[in-house]
Amino acid sequence: MAVVRPVAILEHLNMPAWSEAQGNDIIRRHAGREGALLPILHDMQATFGHVPTPAVPVIAEALNLTRAEVHGVVSFYHDFRDKPAGRHVLKLCRAEACQSVNGERLARQFLDRFGVEWGGTTPDGRLTIEATYCLGLCASGPSAMLDGEVIGRLTKDSIDDIAREVG
Amino acid sequence: MATRIFVPRDAAARAVGADKVAAAIAEETKRKGIAVEIVRTGSRGLFWLEPLVEVETPAGRIGFGPVAAKDVASLFADGLPAASHALCVGRPEEIPFLKKQTRITFARCGIIDPLSLADYRAHGGMRGLERARSLGPAATVEEVTKSGLRGRGGAGFPTGIKWKTVADTAADRKYIVCNADEGDSGTYADRMIMEGDPFLLIEGMAIAGFAVGATKGYIYIRSEYPDAIRVMERAIVLAEREGLLGAEARFDLEVRVGAGAYVCGEETSLLESLEGKRGQVRAKPPLPAHKGLFGKPTVINNLISLATVPAILADGAEHYAALGMGRSRGTMPIQLAGNSKYGGLFEAAFGLTLGEIVEDIGGGTRTGRPARAVQVGGPLGAYFPRKLFDTPFDYEAFAGLDGLIGHGGVVVFDDTVDMAHQARFALEFCAIESCGKCTPCRIGSVRGTETMDKIIRGERVEANLALVTDLCQTLKFGSLCALGGFTPYPVMSAIRHFPEDFDRPRLKAAAE
Ligand SMILES: Cc1cc2nc3c(=O)[nH]c(=O)nc-3n(C[C@H](O)[C@H](O)[C@H](O)COP(=O)(O)O)c2cc1C
Ligand code: SF4
Ligand code: FES
Ligand code: FES
Repeated sequence: MAVVRPVAILEHLNMPAWSEAQGNDIIRRHAGREGALLPILHDMQATFGHVPTPAVPVIAEALNLTRAEVHGVVSFYHDFRDKPAGRHVLKLCRAEACQSVNGERLARQFLDRFGVEWGGTTPDGRLTIEATYCLGLCASGPSAMLDGEVIGRLTKDSIDDIAREVG
Repeated sequence: MATRIFVPRDAAARAVGADKVAAAIAEETKRKGIAVEIVRTGSRGLFWLEPLVEVETPAGRIGFGPVAAKDVASLFADGLPAASHALCVGRPEEIPFLKKQTRITFARCGIIDPLSLADYRAHGGMRGLERARSLGPAATVEEVTKSGLRGRGGAGFPTGIKWKTVADTAADRKYIVCNADEGDSGTYADRMIMEGDPFLLIEGMAIAGFAVGATKGYIYIRSEYPDAIRVMERAIVLAEREGLLGAEARFDLEVRVGAGAYVCGEETSLLESLEGKRGQVRAKPPLPAHKGLFGKPTVINNLISLATVPAILADGAEHYAALGMGRSRGTMPIQLAGNSKYGGLFEAAFGLTLGEIVEDIGGGTRTGRPARAVQVGGPLGAYFPRKLFDTPFDYEAFAGLDGLIGHGGVVVFDDTVDMAHQARFALEFCAIESCGKCTPCRIGSVRGTETMDKIIRGERVEANLALVTDLCQTLKFGSLCALGGFTPYPVMSAIRHFPEDFDRPRLKAAAE
């Protein structure tokens, strides 16, 4: 079932709403590639901020798969979202090396400061906080990634810095 | 002539401000009319010193670190930075942490411009591929076998034997797959090579392709590594332009990006993922070497395994095999992580003891408190107490203690660690990342987490510990892959070596 999203929210997120023409463009870019499904899904998410539900049958048709197969792949991987995230996405590392330098306590302070739980988005849609398990910055923890940019040696002060950055 | 200034672009350096430092240096030197050329490099792997800025002098490079953007004005106050500056660490090669290493795989990392093929060649690159071509495919495989190189992804399987199986399997198409999923907490060696010396991996994969008769290679990189993905893709384009890849070289290379599933580091799950499917583990046999990617014979190796091959070919198998202990030959990039005073990449011959690594090299903890537990080999690795600090870094020694060296991650915890929480986390991680194929792994891990919660709350501790122990037995013997099969290592080692943490009055913790 296609979920219709209020266009206002999507504009606010600066992501285009799902369009079949744009979706087909993405699929065409990967035509002829072996195992094209993951690259297509990554591109869908980069374009629309998530993998829109109506994209599933279109991809299935193009790759000669069933909808259930495509849906199964989308839902298997932690990266793929079925609805858009906030304008900014903060990933906090919850793996062992960051735990050893008090990452969990700091993560709790981040969540409390923005009033969300793991995976949650602030009511104004400005920030989503997600868990991640290792960013490969394990000697410089606690670590995080804000909109794809890495941050190491997080401290309590980083909370204010990030709050400023996400405006 | 412009003086070259080296500033790392490694993600761990960028994470602590290297880009701002590079920008500040560009601005300050321009303002003062000091002629410099800023070269962005990989990291030397001395992360407590990052951003580590190096300045070229007639006597070699001199390092300054950790440099913040606000330090740049004082660094360039009187022209080029002087050795008298408080941040000067002297010649990097003389810093004990680097001086004590045997850098083979990481020989160039942090030194060269990662995207300059000229630099790569000038520092010994491409000699391995040239020697392989002069030896021929069969002798190349033989050389890898003789070196004693074992898989650096965790299982420690002899790389040469894997290659020989693929070489001996006839097929119209074969693949080389580089496992750059690097999901283990505490590890970053793959990432450092991709960001700091990407042509090394390209050369290693080209040698593998030549040796086994494969014409196509994939590098499967986890999505958590956007920097590595960018550098690797760029390096492939440059290598194609020079004819090192492509039709002429009869070897094509492509980057594929994972999607946040730890289990996709398991080789068969990774192949499923590359084929565009859910990353569920396949039953073996068939081995990937016989029926791998799209059913074709496939070499799947960890990135470090592949990146070590060029040096083995260039300098000869004997040279590499002369290092190490027992059946662990050559060097291992040990990755000191977590609460370590001197956290970083330490490449050394096998055989150092865990205590030497944690205390002598790592300098104990960053917090200054005593190191109490060390997890070796990622989330499926055992926790070691101080009394096992004499364990040598060697595949068999760790396996003998119900542990593993895995991909070489060493995560240090101080005495504030609560091992019951760590045991709980191991089970929770298994539950989060299970591919869902086996019942013990999918359901048992959830039950185990709940049972650990009860133990932490102080409910029927003895009976519940017996339950967790039972469950670990089921996981160990009833799982298809090592995610379920090895989760008992961290859980049981925590219970066995740190029993006092499972029997604390929990009231205090609950009140916090
Ligand atoms: C759950 C799980 C995760 C794994 N993750 C990785 C990984 O991130 N990188 C890796 O090289 N090997 C990983 N492995 C090991 C691979 O299955 C495989 O042994 C390895 O890629 C073989 O290459 P090698 O012989 O060069 O080590 C993992 C195994 C399991 C069971
Ligand atoms: S042990 Fe877990 S991760 Fe491994 S195959 Fe079974 S269910 Fe999948
Ligand atoms: S454990 Fe947090 S970055 Fe590796
Ligand atoms: S495959 Fe049957 S229990 Fe794992």
